[in-house]
Amino acid sequence: MIFRINNLRSKFIVVCLLPLLWLCVDIAFDNLGSNPVQALHIRLGDWSLRFLCLTLAITPIQTITKWRGMADYRQLFGLYAFFYASLHLLGYLLADHALMWRIIGIDIIESPYIWFGVLAYGIIFLLALTSPKWAKKRMGKTWKKLHRLIYIAAVAAIIHYFWQLKGNLAEPLFYSIIVFLLLGFRVLVWVKNRQLTKMMIPTGQRVLALAEKQGVIQEAPRKQR
Amino acid sequence: MLIKTKANILSSQITDRAVFESRREFIKAATALSAGLMLPSPGQAATGKYADAPVGPYSAKLQVTDREDVANYTNYYEFSTNKTDSTVLAKALKTAPWTVEVTGEVEKPGVYNLEDILKDNPVQERIYRFRCVEAWSMVVPWIGFPLGDMLKRFKPTSKAKFVEFTTLNNPEIMVGQRSGVLDWPYVEGLRIDEAMHPLTMMVTGMYGDELPNQNGAPLRLIVPWKYGFKSIKAIVKIRFMETMPETAWHKSAPGEYGFYANVNPEVPHPRWSQSRERVLGGSIFTPKRETEKFNGYGEEVAALYSGMDLKQYF
Repeated sequence: MIFRINNLRSKFIVVCLLPLLWLCVDIAFDNLGSNPVQALHIRLGDWSLRFLCLTLAITPIQTITKWRGMADYRQLFGLYAFFYASLHLLGYLLADHALMWRIIGIDIIESPYIWFGVLAYGIIFLLALTSPKWAKKRMGKTWKKLHRLIYIAAVAAIIHYFWQLKGNLAEPLFYSIIVFLLLGFRVLVWVKNRQLTKMMIPTGQRVLALAEKQGVIQEAPRKQR
Repeated sequence: MLIKTKANILSSQITDRAVFESRREFIKAATALSAGLMLPSPGQAATGKYADAPVGPYSAKLQVTDREDVANYTNYYEFSTNKTDSTVLAKALKTAPWTVEVTGEVEKPGVYNLEDILKDNPVQERIYRFRCVEAWSMVVPWIGFPLGDMLKRFKPTSKAKFVEFTTLNNPEIMVGQRSGVLDWPYVEGLRIDEAMHPLTMMVTGMYGDELPNQNGAPLRLIVPWKYGFKSIKAIVKIRFMETMPETAWHKSAPGEYGFYANVNPEVPHPRWSQSRERVLGGSIFTPKRETEKFNGYGEEVAALYSGMDLKQYF
């Protein structure tokens, strides 16, 4: 039997909504402790960050396992990261400040940790907006460049997490290690590719030069490239 | 420079001058009254150890936070950085017998039994606002006595310009002290005039009963116009000093936590705003509340800081 992850996609769409359901149950049964709004913010922020990590994990998984059809999951998880980040933002605007924009403005200006949240959300918002396949086709090379901003979003989200805390840094540290590893994988691949290209071009030239010298070919076919 | 404090406190929350000036008579009357009638005050449990504690001065008529919320949302890093875990972990602490070492610029230094301290200082109940530097707040009926009354008995010398408090250091029981979140033991301090201010309390109970361990039993400080981290828990040492003591949070992040740490919506923490606060006990549909300068105690304490730039001395 052939393992076909594509069939699982529809199930994943539902599974990814479970954290929201779980949160709703906790709100309904007053399970969020003495400071329910803070708990709500942490819960939604955590899930957004988790989905962001999952999104970043797809490419390394694909590279290592050589599984096909993972790009759809990258899109799915990315959109869920956006979904939970949007709820996280709504929670801040509604539960904390009841949409009082002047107060929200002051709060953002006075709270540098929120600047990084705004940056991360702005990026994820743009990525979600350009996530449909037709947008990808239309944007061409720009799409890939734009979607590389996810690395900046991930780092900004981590800073956002760290900077609102006073003492316990264990949890954000856990996520920063994950993000560091996932970004580190890209750097490794990039360095490896660069080394390969560096090594390959001179080798190719040397082969051609040798062939020319020995009179195997008259002229190196460089212009054909 | 003259610092003018904007009185953004409801007029109903301000004690009338005549009442304020006759506060000593008021205490006596209240003591006599509640001792005679055993009137339970709003925050008290009818059966607790301090159920009959009289209502002291400065006790504001505020909506008191549920005891469960106060008892299960503590920053007690000696046990855990998790606000609910410390409730369970702190149960291991033995709070009796308890002694307090008094040292430094003082005529009567020594090691005092907590029992004896309590014998000399009759307790009263005061409902105070409590504002954490993390921008949440609650209203707690504390049981205790004015710190100044206790300190005067030790006869501080003229060199005593500051008072330093130290928390118990016992990593065997205080498991949080095994990790280096802060430089243990926890140390806090006050200027002598802040320590002697009648608002400043030594607390041994809350909600008409003994202080739960996680809330700082058996003896903690409460300075209602300062951020919560000033109100040090489980005090074992009081030192009178000529120079400003180095305090735990200031040592850990001097740019973020000052010695004064007065509640001030106009001076944001370097990483977050202090202009609003989340009041515990609300639902997720209750927005944040505006933070008051000096946590609403400006009338009483603003004069302590006249001429000081509160942005510099945060």
